[in-house]
Amino acid sequence: MRIAIASGKGGTGKTTVATNLARVLSATCPVQYVDCDVEEPNGHLFLQPRITRSHPAGIPVPLIDVERCTRCGACSLFCQYHAIANLGATLLVFPELCHGCGGCARVCPERAIREEQRPIGVIEHGTAGGIAFLHGCLNVGETMSPPLIRAVLQQTDAAVTVIIDAPPGTSCPVLTAIRGADFVLLVTEPTAFGLHDLILAVEMVRALQLPLGIVINRADMGDDRVERYCMTEHLPILGRLPHDRHVAEAYARGVLAVDAVPAMTAAIQALATAIFREAAV
Amino acid sequence: MNEIVVISGKGGTGKTSVTAAFAALAHRAVLVDCDVDAADLHLVLSPTVEETHDFFGGRHARIIPARCRACGACAERCQFAAIRQHADSGYRVDRLACEGCGVCAHFCPHGAMVFEETCNGQWFRSSMRFGPLVHARLGIAEANSGKLVALIRREARKIAVATDAALLLVDGPPGIGCPVISSLTGADHVVIVTEPTIAGRHDLQRVIALTAYCHLPAGIIINKADLYPEGTEEIMRYALARKVAVLGCIPYDPVITQAQLVGKSVIEYTDGPVSQALREIWDRLLSFQRKE
Repeated sequence: MRIAIASGKGGTGKTTVATNLARVLSATCPVQYVDCDVEEPNGHLFLQPRITRSHPAGIPVPLIDVERCTRCGACSLFCQYHAIANLGATLLVFPELCHGCGGCARVCPERAIREEQRPIGVIEHGTAGGIAFLHGCLNVGETMSPPLIRAVLQQTDAAVTVIIDAPPGTSCPVLTAIRGADFVLLVTEPTAFGLHDLILAVEMVRALQLPLGIVINRADMGDDRVERYCMTEHLPILGRLPHDRHVAEAYARGVLAVDAVPAMTAAIQALATAIFREAAV
Repeated sequence: MNEIVVISGKGGTGKTSVTAAFAALAHRAVLVDCDVDAADLHLVLSPTVEETHDFFGGRHARIIPARCRACGACAERCQFAAIRQHADSGYRVDRLACEGCGVCAHFCPHGAMVFEETCNGQWFRSSMRFGPLVHARLGIAEANSGKLVALIRREARKIAVATDAALLLVDGPPGIGCPVISSLTGADHVVIVTEPTIAGRHDLQRVIALTAYCHLPAGIIINKADLYPEGTEEIMRYALARKVAVLGCIPYDPVITQAQLVGKSVIEYTDGPVSQALREIWDRLLSFQRKE
C-alpha cells in the first residue's frame, strides 16, 4: 500500500506525520519512507538514514549535430517551451526550459537531434533502523521538480508499505507525488490559512479520484473551522495531534516526536490504524 | 521603485504573516501574492476584487473519439504517461498529467487530436485597505505556475508605475523551484523568513544558495526565535559566515495565529512584542535599501 502525506499549506506537519508514521509502522511491517519534497527534502534530518546508494537523475534534452543541421527551424517551431531558439545562422538550446518531451528529435527532418540526459538532481537510497529510505534532492537553480519526483517514485518498493512525503501546494509537483498512491492523508492545522489551503488540497485529491483522510495537527491551537468543514464535506478525520511545546522542541532539534514524547507513539499508532481502516473501505 | 520578495524555502515559517505586517507598515506599496497555488494573503488583507482575468498558460491535447482508430501512436510517444487506453472509452488524455508538448497531436496519423489553448486559472486586480493587491488562483492541479507568477508580477509593476508607488512587496511561494525562481528574477531585495528548527535551517541554506545563484541581496528574519535558542544562534552564525544580514528575530507568540483567525495583520491586532520586532525589522530593511 502506498500512503501519500500531503497538504496545501506548507509547514502544517507533513514531514512530522510521515516520519513518525514510518517509524511506528516499521515495528510491525516492512516500510519504505519516500521523500518527494525534492525542493526542500527534510525527512533525512529526522530519520538520519545511512545512505547506501546515490545516483543522479535527469531529463533528456536535445543535442544538435551542427554538421547535419540545416537550420530549418522545425524543432524550434515545434517546441512549446521555447527551449530552442532559431537564430538563423545557428540554433540555441536552453536546456533548463526543456521538459524532455522528445518532440524536437522526432520532427527534425535531418535526424540531427539526439537526446542526452541532463542531471537535475540526485536520488539517494538508504536505511534508517528498520525503515528503507529513499529521497530526491533537486539541484539549486533547477525549476522543474516533477521529472525528479517521477524518477524517485520509479524506485519505490511495491512489496512494502510506502509512505510518500509530498511537497506543499496544489500544482504539478504535488500531483506528481501523490498520483499512484492508494490513499492520501492531508495534514492541516485549525487556522484560517490551514482551512483555506485544505479546501484546495481536498479539491486536488478529488480531481485525482483518490481516497483521502484528514489529520489535524496542533489541533488545539486555533478554532473549530477545520472540524466544521470536514463534517460538512463528510471527510474522515483520522487523527488529531496535540499542540505540544515538547513536540515542537524535539522537532526543532531533529528528534522524532515518538522518541521525544512517549504519548505520541499511541497517537501515531491510532492514526495508522485509522488510515488502514479507512483505506480498506 | 523597489521590489522586495518574501520567501522561506520551508513552508509555514510565517512568510504571509510577515508580508501582511509589512503591508501595514509600508507607505505607497503595491502588494503581490505569488504563492499562486495556495494563496493566503487575501485572507488577511480582505481585498475587493476589481478585475478578474483568465490565465492561459499553455496548451493541452485532446482526442476526438469519433476519429480515433485506437492505433496507440499517441500513447507510445507521450513521455509523461498521460495517454492511456480505457476498456470502455478507448484512448484518453489525462488532462492532469499532460504537459502540453504537442507530440501526440503532431504525430497522430488520423488527425484525431486537437491541441488547444487552455485556461489554467485566474488572476485578480484588487484593492484593499493598504493599497492595490494583485493575486491569482492557479486552477486545481494545474501546471504553469511560473508563468502565472511572472504575469502577475508584470501587472503589479504596471500598477506601481502608474500610481507612482515606491515599493512592490511580493509574498513568494515555498520551495526553491519554478514559481520561486519566477518570483525572484529581477527583484531588488529578498527577505527570507526562517525558523530555528533543523528543517528550517536546512531549507534556509538551500534558499540562500538560490539567492546567491540569482545574484540577489538577501536578509533573514528568524521567526519563533525563542522556541529553540540554540537553533537561532546556529542560524546567526551561519548567516555571518555567508555574509547574509539577519534583519531581526520574532518571538514565538500565539498572537500571530490569533490575528490570522480574525483576518488582521499582527500590526493591526496588537502592539505587543511581535509587532515591535516587526517594526524594527521593517526599519532595518528600509535602511539597508537606502544604503544600496
